Amino acid sequence: MNNVVICLFASAGFDKSAQGLAGAGRRLADELGGQLRAIVVGANAAALGTQVACVADTVSLADQAELAEYQPETYLKALVSLCRDLAPHAVLLANDTYSQEIAPRLAYRLGGSAVGDGVEVRVEGEVLRVSRQIYGGKAQAVIELKRTPAVVWLRARSFAPAPPRTEAGEIKQVALELQSDTRTRIIERQREELNEARLEEARVIVSGGRGIGGPEPFTAELKPLAELMGAQMAASRAACDAGWVPPTWQVGQTGKKVSPDLYLAIAITGASQHIVGISEAKNVAAINIDPDAPIFKHCRFGIVEDYHKVVPLLRAKLAALQK
Amino acid sequence: MNILVCLKQILDPEIPARDFRIDPIKREAERGAANLVTNIFCENALETALQLRERIGDAKITVLSYGAPTVEDALRKALAMRADTAALVVNDGHPHPDPLAVAHVLSAAMRKLGAFDLIMAGREAGDWGAGQTGGLIAEELGLPCIAFVDRIEAVNGKLRLKRQTDSGWELLEAEPPVVVTITNNEHNVPRIPKVRDVMMSYRQPLTTWTLDDLGINTDEARAGNSYYEVADLFIPQKETRCEFVTGETLEEKVEAFAKRIVEVTGAL
Repeated sequence: MNNVVICLFASAGFDKSAQGLAGAGRRLADELGGQLRAIVVGANAAALGTQVACVADTVSLADQAELAEYQPETYLKALVSLCRDLAPHAVLLANDTYSQEIAPRLAYRLGGSAVGDGVEVRVEGEVLRVSRQIYGGKAQAVIELKRTPAVVWLRARSFAPAPPRTEAGEIKQVALELQSDTRTRIIERQREELNEARLEEARVIVSGGRGIGGPEPFTAELKPLAELMGAQMAASRAACDAGWVPPTWQVGQTGKKVSPDLYLAIAITGASQHIVGISEAKNVAAINIDPDAPIFKHCRFGIVEDYHKVVPLLRAKLAALQK
Repeated sequence: MNILVCLKQILDPEIPARDFRIDPIKREAERGAANLVTNIFCENALETALQLRERIGDAKITVLSYGAPTVEDALRKALAMRADTAALVVNDGHPHPDPLAVAHVLSAAMRKLGAFDLIMAGREAGDWGAGQTGGLIAEELGLPCIAFVDRIEAVNGKLRLKRQTDSGWELLEAEPPVVVTITNNEHNVPRIPKVRDVMMSYRQPLTTWTLDDLGINTDEARAGNSYYEVADLFIPQKETRCEFVTGETLEEKVEAFAKRIVEVTGAL
């Protein structure tokens, strides 16, 4: 009864997020004195099942055509059914779009409680306590989940992976009866081509904020700098809301949570909601005209100047240093 | 089309961090000098609803909130933005009920208000940011739910929804009734109400109910913490010392800055 379930989608593979989720699940299962059980849903999900079996005690594999692509109602039904069979004490998910969409509903159907965006999970007695940031990162709360199972979605990428098992866990194929739910259907999917690689995996990020002033400097000034640095580009919510760059570039509380070696914030004031997204960055540096901009409180180093003047010079200096 | 938009009034989350205080006993933020505002994602939801009504013509927008009597201001503002009707459930129980308690009350109010084709909520609130109200309302009412929507069209009796994902966007088709949660984009920035509409909003009727009126009167329901509870609340102490690069000229400063970049990233 003290088992921990992790929910994985085959479409995402065993990425950094899935690995972090397994790591968090293993440590929680150890604390609870239970097993780590993985649920894998999708089509052609066998490969992921095998990978997960290296770290989980058991794997329930729903590998069927109806689950080839994520559809909210179908995936929810699949997870509910698989979780009911395993009767876990806790269910962990990552904080991707799909997991966030269905986790509270999963908790409801299992008669449990949910909490999301967790940065730490602990056990007090048998009760789960989840730490999360509130008020845009200005405070941290510890939430005690009062129903079982406790369903938690985590910032999975920031958790260390699980140690491998000496022998692979047992893989159990499950055939689910899934009538397709026609009330909602995803009919088209589009990946943003501008930022092919994942921002969450980027080693260096060049990010622009409201102070950039328009869409043109993103292409004319920041992009050449990012290319020179081998960096990916990102933005604050203000720049995304203004329509200067696509919403997928947004870093912050309701955008991406990134963890690069260097996050270079250009003309970003640094509202706490933005800082939430970069708290895992190894180094933050900023170019800002305002010496009192809150971003500098989170910086390793900074320069107080107009970015229009700094960026062209910076490109020249970096190019010279690279030679 | 009958549209319902849920609104939450919160302490302004844009208050500077240095002015932000918490009450560690009550485990809640202190009001202090902060204004009460409507959660931005709720306003994005209302704006999305208003634009949908402008496109299809025949639609009625009801705004609904659960909270302290001050929430009337948020509902009046929604009326000034030209929502059609407003309803307030006054919270006389736990001042900060958990997401399930909120969803339970809002769903009960919706049943009393009538049948809705489209129920909208913000993706999360700028205060506690639980991000659960929409999904839990869907479960209470037995409806499907789609999250992170930023645009809605009505096409042949169905709804066409565009939503943001981690890597791009998706287009969905939904048969009403459905619950959606709304996120921000450049097209749903909330409009500023006209002065005349602000004045008019104070003359419009506003339905007010208590929990008793909704038949929610058990101690457990009033306690509003059977789902989860705040065990601890604190302000993390973390301050990094920023090294401001120095130099006689701009060029020297930028050179120092470039060198620091190379140091922390290794060879670029």
